[in-house]
Amino acid sequence: MESEANKILDEVTQGDYKYGFVTDIDTEFAPVGLSEDTIRYISTKKNEPEFMLEFRLKAYRHWLTLVQPKWAHLRIGPINFQEIIFYAAPKKKKELSSLDEVDPELLATFNKLGISLDEQKKLAGVAGIAVDAVIDSVSVKTTFSDTLSKHGIIFCSFSEAVQNHPALVKQYMGSVVPYTDNYFAALNSAVFSDGSFCFIPKGVRCPMELSTYFRINAANTGQFERTLIVAEEGAYVSYMEGCTAPQRDENQLHAAIVEIVAMKDAEVKYSTVQNWYPGDKNGLGGIYNFVTKRGICKGNNSKISWTQVETGSAITWKYPSCILLGDNSVGEFYSVAVTNNYQQADTGTKMTHLGKNTRSTIISKGISAGKSNNSYRGLVRISKNAVNSRNYSQCDSLLLGARCGAHTYPYIQVDNKSSIVEHEATTSKISEDQLFYCQQRGISAESAIGLIVNGYAKEVLKQLPMEFAVEAQKLLSISLEGSVG
Amino acid sequence: MQPENKEIITAERFISLFEKNRAFLETFDTKALVKIREDAMASFTRLGFPDTTMETWRLTDLEESFNRGYDYHLQPFEDVDAQKVFRCNIPHLDTAVIGQLNGWYVSKDVPLMELGNGIIMGSLADARKKYPQLIEKYFGTMADDAGEGFTALNTAYTQDGVFIYVPDNVKSPKPVQLINVIHHDQNLFLQSRNLIVVGANARLSLVHCDDSYNHQASFSNIVTEIHVGEHGVMDHYKLQNLNNNSTLISSVYFRMEASASLESHYISLNGGLLRNNIRVLFNGPHGTANIYGIYLMDRRQHVDNQVFVDHAHSGCTSNETFKGILDENARAIFNGHVLVRRNATKTDARQSNKNILLTDTARVNSKPFLEIYNDDVKCSHGSTTGQLDPESMFYLRQRGIGEETARMLLMFAFADEIVTKIAIPQLRQRIEDMVKKRLQGELQICEQCVLHCSTPEHPMEFQIDMSKI
Repeated sequence: MESEANKILDEVTQGDYKYGFVTDIDTEFAPVGLSEDTIRYISTKKNEPEFMLEFRLKAYRHWLTLVQPKWAHLRIGPINFQEIIFYAAPKKKKELSSLDEVDPELLATFNKLGISLDEQKKLAGVAGIAVDAVIDSVSVKTTFSDTLSKHGIIFCSFSEAVQNHPALVKQYMGSVVPYTDNYFAALNSAVFSDGSFCFIPKGVRCPMELSTYFRINAANTGQFERTLIVAEEGAYVSYMEGCTAPQRDENQLHAAIVEIVAMKDAEVKYSTVQNWYPGDKNGLGGIYNFVTKRGICKGNNSKISWTQVETGSAITWKYPSCILLGDNSVGEFYSVAVTNNYQQADTGTKMTHLGKNTRSTIISKGISAGKSNNSYRGLVRISKNAVNSRNYSQCDSLLLGARCGAHTYPYIQVDNKSSIVEHEATTSKISEDQLFYCQQRGISAESAIGLIVNGYAKEVLKQLPMEFAVEAQKLLSISLEGSVG
Repeated sequence: MQPENKEIITAERFISLFEKNRAFLETFDTKALVKIREDAMASFTRLGFPDTTMETWRLTDLEESFNRGYDYHLQPFEDVDAQKVFRCNIPHLDTAVIGQLNGWYVSKDVPLMELGNGIIMGSLADARKKYPQLIEKYFGTMADDAGEGFTALNTAYTQDGVFIYVPDNVKSPKPVQLINVIHHDQNLFLQSRNLIVVGANARLSLVHCDDSYNHQASFSNIVTEIHVGEHGVMDHYKLQNLNNNSTLISSVYFRMEASASLESHYISLNGGLLRNNIRVLFNGPHGTANIYGIYLMDRRQHVDNQVFVDHAHSGCTSNETFKGILDENARAIFNGHVLVRRNATKTDARQSNKNILLTDTARVNSKPFLEIYNDDVKCSHGSTTGQLDPESMFYLRQRGIGEETARMLLMFAFADEIVTKIAIPQLRQRIEDMVKKRLQGELQICEQCVLHCSTPEHPMEFQIDMSKI
């Protein structure tokens, strides 16, 4: 049983990373290394207004005063910021006015990834998905912008937003994640290149799923994108994010920021399927995914929901968080984090309850296999004024194989008497009873494990929008089927 | 030798004091002990006292305690009224009582008792002279001098404390009660060091009480090393009832050999700042450790329980259950850490922390932390913080029980899950009484030792008219 299991595990782990190809696109780069000149270069390149350059420089000067934090349960190789290219963009041949003018190589790339930039090509029976496609440092195409603008929704790349809606950008950028927040947030604030911007006006329910697809293509570059979502009073939006990168032997840095602002009665649902290149089975290469994601429920009765499926990256370090400021606001966090081979993940959430009657739910499912380490780290903080607040957390870990690690660091702080906080967690391997039950009914060990793991993660997967759920389920089975302990 | 003047606590003070008194401290040391002492001092010089920048001390700030200023004595206290110390025994329970005054063994008649069955019990200072081989074999082998400043300091300054040795295959016929009373008319810094060895197939019940006699401020740094041999059984009770000006850093290091079994109970009733470092190492397979804690805190009291269980071998079972009720401005911290090492298959580890907050100014921080490197394990943890269940409250109220009594009943029921685990019936009865008194706000440190607060002939009862139920 043991050796057979190992064989299956090996087969699975030797499977190639499906998205590891490189596209040959004409790319222009910023000079290697980081300095004020690099930042000025990026800002000039993007023709940014003065306030943006100032923001970047302030962030950079602050970053210089910081040191890389060491508290995470991660082993991070040294990062030499002077060897990274901070800006890489596919060369524009001319101004784009229609899809036909997008570099066919780019289109082919996204088609290969299963992302259609063609607005005509809708999924049968499903409303279209508006996609903002980001390759390396810039957004190449945003679909359905026109349809959305009829509803008053602004969905465009961050650079366009800076050009066309500077007042909105100035008002909200850095209001949830200030540049002083942490080491990688400061770095991102200094050098961020592009990302998505989304603004849903008062009372509007976004008619389709919005999506950003991130792709790292060029070598030796870092990707630093920034996403800002603002939902005005009574608005609703569901937002999805996907990402892949080519297979390379060196580690590439990805340090992003996502900010969400939900005003009174607004609801934002943010889903991520993260599938950056995880490195090979010996732990060589892979993306360092150091992301700061935070949403603020600013108005009363607002809601922010994070759902993430983390399967990629050599190192994942992120804590999508909710600041529950408005009374009766709701924060949710659903996560499946899978690590295999030498992958490391330190992920979780922070729920900061400030308003009255605020509620939060945390469901985290960690799965570790191979020689990986998977940590859940979460903070639930109920402040003195957050009376009658409620939190329920459940964070389970599944271990597949005797050489992986699963760790749980829940921080709970309660400062008033009327709130209720519950936390529970279990760690175990796949139950032998369940496995035996499946196998004696003729289901192979491999399929049985796929079944059990999918069942284990179902509570989270069902939170995903349908289009994503399919991809996520596939990803899970690719990563884990057959890895019996 | 003059006592050290009332100075604030700094690392420099203890480093220079050590230099001055090195020869005196090392008077009766064997060569090996000198080395342990010197190494510990080197560690302390490197570590200093912990501060809030350290993860495990993040929420316990000692600055206020440090700044009160304390005397420190390198000589035992004279003019001891031993009667005061020995009054604290438990009625109807035949115990062997060992008294400590301000961390020093109270020698009554003989400093070291040698019982017929080979059990040795008494002052560590005397044991060091009389049984150097025995001390050398165990002393300093469990305590973590390299990682914890307080422990390193304690090791470097080791003078007196309690030594208990239960040889292989001997079952201690009666529980041992170790009472450390703090009684001084000046602010006092004190350190004591206990070494307890339970041999293979041996058995010991130990009741360890920390009490204060008056309201004078004190700062105690107490380190206890407990070795439980193969198939040995240790039943351990720690009772803390100190005044609100006292700071207690209590570090207990358990080393469990194969198939050893431990029951440890932490009952924290009063104390200004209580910090319990509880560390359990499974040094062989199939060990069992059950660690229970109850803390009932009010005013500005602060309790910090740090429990670390190291599953270094396979087939071990550990269970931590800590419960607390916090009133007024009290603060509680629970930090559980279970480490399951690579080869520790068939581990079963549980952690649970439950808190009830009675006011909006009371605070709880809970961090039940699991670190697991093996897949063949069953680990779980849970943490809840909330209030008394309104439905239970309603049930009692509609049966005519007054609100205050109903609250008391529910709180007592909450605490009783821990109290009922106490295996010695007389002790359980006594602690039930103390918990009831504590919940009614009647238990404080008094001019008499708290253990005399009620008599078994008149046990504490809630004032409930049973005819109405």
